[in-house]
Amino acid sequence: MALSDIKRVVTEPLISNNPITVQILGICSALAVTASLKVTLVMCIALTLVTAFSGFGISLIRNHIPNSIRIIVQMTIIASLVIVVDQVLKAFTYEISKQLSVFVGLIITNCIVMGRAEAFAMQNGPVLSFFDGIGNGLGYSILLISVAVVRELFGSGTLLGIEILPLVTDGGWYVSNGLLLLPPSAFFIIGGLIGLIRIIRKDQIEEPDYTISPNTENSGGQF
Amino acid sequence: MSANKDSIQRTLLVTVLLCLVCSILVAGSAVTLRDRQNQNQANDMRRSVLQAAGMYDAEKTVEEQFENIQVRIANIEEGRFATEEELNSLKAAGFDPANFDQRKASKNPQFSRALKGAEDTASIKTLTRFSSVYVIEQNGAIDSVVLPIHGYGLWSTLYGFIALESDLNTIAGLGFYDHAETPGLGGEVDNPTWKAKWEEKHVYNDQGDVAIRVVKGHAEEGNPYQVDGLSGATLTSVGVTNLVQFWMGDTGFGKLLSNLKQGGE
Repeated sequence: MALSDIKRVVTEPLISNNPITVQILGICSALAVTASLKVTLVMCIALTLVTAFSGFGISLIRNHIPNSIRIIVQMTIIASLVIVVDQVLKAFTYEISKQLSVFVGLIITNCIVMGRAEAFAMQNGPVLSFFDGIGNGLGYSILLISVAVVRELFGSGTLLGIEILPLVTDGGWYVSNGLLLLPPSAFFIIGGLIGLIRIIRKDQIEEPDYTISPNTENSGGQF
Repeated sequence: MSANKDSIQRTLLVTVLLCLVCSILVAGSAVTLRDRQNQNQANDMRRSVLQAAGMYDAEKTVEEQFENIQVRIANIEEGRFATEEELNSLKAAGFDPANFDQRKASKNPQFSRALKGAEDTASIKTLTRFSSVYVIEQNGAIDSVVLPIHGYGLWSTLYGFIALESDLNTIAGLGFYDHAETPGLGGEVDNPTWKAKWEEKHVYNDQGDVAIRVVKGHAEEGNPYQVDGLSGATLTSVGVTNLVQFWMGDTGFGKLLSNLKQGGE
């Protein structure tokens, strides 16, 4: 295992193989926690740590995990780490943990963590798996943070709670966009970002699974 | 350990070892961090008390600000503060009067009673005989009191505080510290703009009946007994009306408040 391998597993998930925009994993939490940047940052750190350490732990015992129970073993390791993270958040950042509420627990079912455990950690060494977790966590973070910046800035006129665009309700000039505070707006932003990345990186465009058949009326078909 | 890793013995061994390691990890973190978490929870509740009373200052620590507040135990049934004897019986049952856990006490039949159908307008099922009351005094007279209230909304029990000014009728503030109403709809009970609408409203009308309520849509201009409803959250609004009316009524803090008004301790 060379240094170049580590560099590859860390940088590749940032854009080329981003877990959200390319693998389309972890969308659920991307919708739920991105209304405020501060909460998003905590969620990103939590997810990155869980992915990295679960990758490390699973990879460490990968040669001893019986095939028949490998998914449940992975789940147990991930779930334990998530509970530890949740406990730490409750002890040190109580306010934020109240806002994240159920979503920390839902890291357990976050597709990215499971996906990396099954697809990478089961085949690679612990150190490489650890960095693969860091890389994928960062890839997730980059996207979540961009979404959160847009949502918080235009939804409530603040960033990290600091006023950037003074709101009309507080005597300023900016009329906030309430839609951005609701989860569906994250769909539009993520969709837009995926589109944008694929305009620049044409290699990410997938082959269509099927072609839509032509309109029968114009192609001379019968009614 | 040279046996095939997919054999039944190995599978069981791996399962047992994994569970052992994971449970040590989880239990260890829960035990070592418990004190800090309890501290946070207690502070969070105190912060809600301060916020309801409109005294919260983010610059200072919660402990420092809480020094001005007297935490007292009230006997709600009789409408007076608890006697020494009652305090001792609470202590004997493991309740700390300075940090009275009303939720735990509501499960203890010694200190609570079940509410019957029509009585239970706030849908709380059991009512404790005692409750914490936060008194803020100035020059020996009551400046304001903060009373814990709770009741059922749409999905969840809302826990909060209502603060009354020295006339024990004008509302100084209202806030909830724990609930699970729909974010964006019923969850707007946390909205500062809505909470501010409670200030300066009156609980009791001239006849001494509880008159305060949340109305659908806008409150009548100048009506001191009405608060704007939350749009899209009719059932939560009804729940808030019920719980405020319940706790301000005779089953709740009504007796205590009327006794305090007459100057009796």
